[in-house]
Amino acid sequence: MGDASWLRQLVLPALAVVLGLFAGALLILISGDNPLTAYGGLLEGALGSWEGVGRTLDKATPLVMGGLAVAFAFKAGLFNIGGQGQLLLGAAFAGWVGYFFDLPAIIHIPFALIVGGLAASVLGATAGLLKATRGTHEVISTIMLNFVAANFTEWLVSRDGPWNDPDGGALARTPEILPSAELPRIGDLPVGFLVAVAAAALMWWVVRKSTLGFEIQTVGANPRAAKYAGISVTRITVVAMGISAFLAGVGGAIQTLGVNGRFEPGFNTGLGFDGITIALLARTNSLAVVPAALLIGALDAGSTLMQSRTDVEPEIISVIQAFILFFVAAPSAVRWLLRLRADAIESDDMQLASGWGA
Amino acid sequence: MTNDTPLLEARGLTKRFPGVIANDQVDLVLHRGEILGLLGENGAGKSTLVKMLFGIHQPDEGEILLRGERITNDGPGESIARGISMVHQHFQLVPPLTVAENIVLGAEPVRGLRFDKGAANDRVREISERYGLTVEPTDVVEQLPVGLQQRVEILKALYRGAELLILDEPTAVLTPQETDELLAILRDLAATGVGIIFITHKLREVLDVTDRVTVLRRGKSVGTVATAEATSASLAELMVGRSVVLRVDKTAAEPSEPVLTTSELRVRDDRKRELVSGVDLEVRSGEILGIAGVEGNGQRELVEAVTGVRPIHAGHATIVGQRVAHDPRSVRELGVAYIPEDRERDGLVGVYSIADNLVLTSYHTAPFARTGVRQFPAIRQLATKLVERFDVRTPSIETPVSSLSGGNKQKVIVARELSVENQLVVASQPTRGVDVGSIEFIHQQLIDARDKGAAVLLVSAELDEIFALADRIAVIYEGRIVAELDPNTTSREEVGLYMAGGG
Ligand SMILES: Nc1ncnc2c1ncn2[C@@H]1O[C@H](COP(=O)(O)OP(=O)(O)OP(=O)(O)O)[C@@H](O)[C@H]1O
Ligand SMILES: [Mg+2]
Repeated sequence: MGDASWLRQLVLPALAVVLGLFAGALLILISGDNPLTAYGGLLEGALGSWEGVGRTLDKATPLVMGGLAVAFAFKAGLFNIGGQGQLLLGAAFAGWVGYFFDLPAIIHIPFALIVGGLAASVLGATAGLLKATRGTHEVISTIMLNFVAANFTEWLVSRDGPWNDPDGGALARTPEILPSAELPRIGDLPVGFLVAVAAAALMWWVVRKSTLGFEIQTVGANPRAAKYAGISVTRITVVAMGISAFLAGVGGAIQTLGVNGRFEPGFNTGLGFDGITIALLARTNSLAVVPAALLIGALDAGSTLMQSRTDVEPEIISVIQAFILFFVAAPSAVRWLLRLRADAIESDDMQLASGWGA
Repeated sequence: MTNDTPLLEARGLTKRFPGVIANDQVDLVLHRGEILGLLGENGAGKSTLVKMLFGIHQPDEGEILLRGERITNDGPGESIARGISMVHQHFQLVPPLTVAENIVLGAEPVRGLRFDKGAANDRVREISERYGLTVEPTDVVEQLPVGLQQRVEILKALYRGAELLILDEPTAVLTPQETDELLAILRDLAATGVGIIFITHKLREVLDVTDRVTVLRRGKSVGTVATAEATSASLAELMVGRSVVLRVDKTAAEPSEPVLTTSELRVRDDRKRELVSGVDLEVRSGEILGIAGVEGNGQRELVEAVTGVRPIHAGHATIVGQRVAHDPRSVRELGVAYIPEDRERDGLVGVYSIADNLVLTSYHTAPFARTGVRQFPAIRQLATKLVERFDVRTPSIETPVSSLSGGNKQKVIVARELSVENQLVVASQPTRGVDVGSIEFIHQQLIDARDKGAAVLLVSAELDEIFALADRIAVIYEGRIVAELDPNTTSREEVGLYMAGGG
């Protein structure tokens, strides 16, 4: 892919972000506040100090993993919207490994991350298997499995559950993880974020350079041709969903090991769904997922300071995100708003749209 | 407007795509009631030219005059309003709707706010009678054979008042009988004053039905000739720029041991209907067995079963002594090459480059991959070699296959499948949509494969192709082999009789 088209890939997301912020500014204005003050607070809260940057990175980390999960499934033509449940399973199992085993950190941390990822990948692979053998659409099954995962993890840590914290009274949560399982920070830089960046790089390599990546993309682009060429569509569907869920699960595990210190249900309402926004913003390119997640993470991290400086409700952030998503998903809206020539932002809409097909 | 103002005139049309000039200063004239043939090699620019006339592509240079007036064509919708219609090779029909519903779609008769089904049926019946195009308005389109679906497309165009009809390779998907019917329809339409542009690779059809022929070569118009003064050989030479052998020489087969055998083979389609009902076949190393049959008599399912794509319901097939399983990869690993009949759907990944499509079946083997890591230099090297050897007309090996012309897509598949030595070659409609020069080339490749000891199973709806290649002919009818014939002692008529269920 040449430089020109690479640049062109950037145009649409950048325009979507600008338009989203602009729409948000209008809303702030209507509600009687000064958008400049509000955005000033937002910026300062997110990037104004090392502590703020650290908070942005913390927020961005599960978003990177959630975005990678959605993007990876998309390569196989699958729409994994079960990130929420997969993240919960990953967080819960990492919490269990974190308090239950006593191991040296060098083993304990990777072990907890991997167990969290594997637990989630069972969930994802189940959806893949249902799709490949029974034809159940993965959008339906992954949504259903979100409920299964939410209730299952809640039970695990409830009063009657096996992983309940005996010191927690009525609280449903696991005991605190051991120090050896804690993902450390280097200054304000969370190591969990580095893990997420490494995952993005690894995914890029797998997609571009490995035969597995080729098989996955072939199934995504033309499942019939894949079958005729001897690629097992069943196997690839299961594997792709498994890996996609693994990524989301590791995201949850990092949250437990690096931020929360234990698993408590309900900590991440909505995190799994942000992955969809990010994957679309990044046009399913794994490397672009990182900046996309940083952007959304910064919006989250800065919202507290914005709120304390103005009367703007924090929900405005969700509205801005929704606008960005809308503009990314509907390039023709952007084109119309800005009266652009079609080819300036013509890109792989077809590829994005194809995931909805059967 | 005087009577000799052309219906349509194109002057100096030029269209560039990245790395290619698809049309270079092309002129074209079409009169009312005239059938103009458009001929040219694969990638010569025929489809691009008619897409500009129909408004799908915008010309970079040049002008289009309709009834003497200059038009700027902003899209198919506008063209249809002006009376220009196009029948695409991939039909633009809604399969679950009825014939009448498809025809009136977009301009439905209504009573109050509701779709008036009765009126739609009546109107369709009326135009179908007026033009002598028999269809049953209440039939569901997806249950119709291809030939009738195409007729629905033509009626759709006429319903919208088309005065200019463009057909891009309409006969590529038709049986010989359906083709004859279509050509008769075109003649009748022209007699009512409709102007027709007709693209085909079959010279016989051009000679049969057109009034004049415009020939394109590598994007340029190399001339327009009156059909009455042309011959197959002269047209072929004009297209290719050299004289073309319209028939490939081959020596007698020297068959040795059997490679593919089927016994009492039964195969069902997706709707669980039995389409192959007890077929016994044997194809030996060093021979070409041609399966002749009208499309839809089980040849597709037969081929899919022996290549492992479709499960065998009863009986069995063996290749070099191994039972065929429902697993295309294991079958390929026995040394089987397979050219599927529906190239875009089954044989290629449109968004992939030519290079990636050339390794679609071998991407996981050395030297194209080592321990699960793809080896791009080896892939590029192969692609460069095959693009040259198989004369794929493309700006580069990185070009996505979807932007190749139809015949060049087919060459990519043929290159992939026939560039390695095989025990068995299964070729389904291997030259569909391919120009005369390339047919010669692909036929030669199939004969070479045979001479190197491969067994070749050829399925073709073209009797010309069957007779040019086959060492033995098996005729399939309603899922059974109804005759095995020797091409040297049988005739086209005899084969045709068996194909129609007689004999
Ligand atoms: N959308 C496109 N993008 C880029 N290149 C294209 C596109 N469409 C056609 N081309 C190129 O333009 C040239 C002419 O293609 P065209 O489809 O018009 O050929 P054709 O004469 O119809 O060939 P065929 O007989 O094989 O159908 C080819 O080199 C093709 O690769
Ligand atoms: Mg064409």
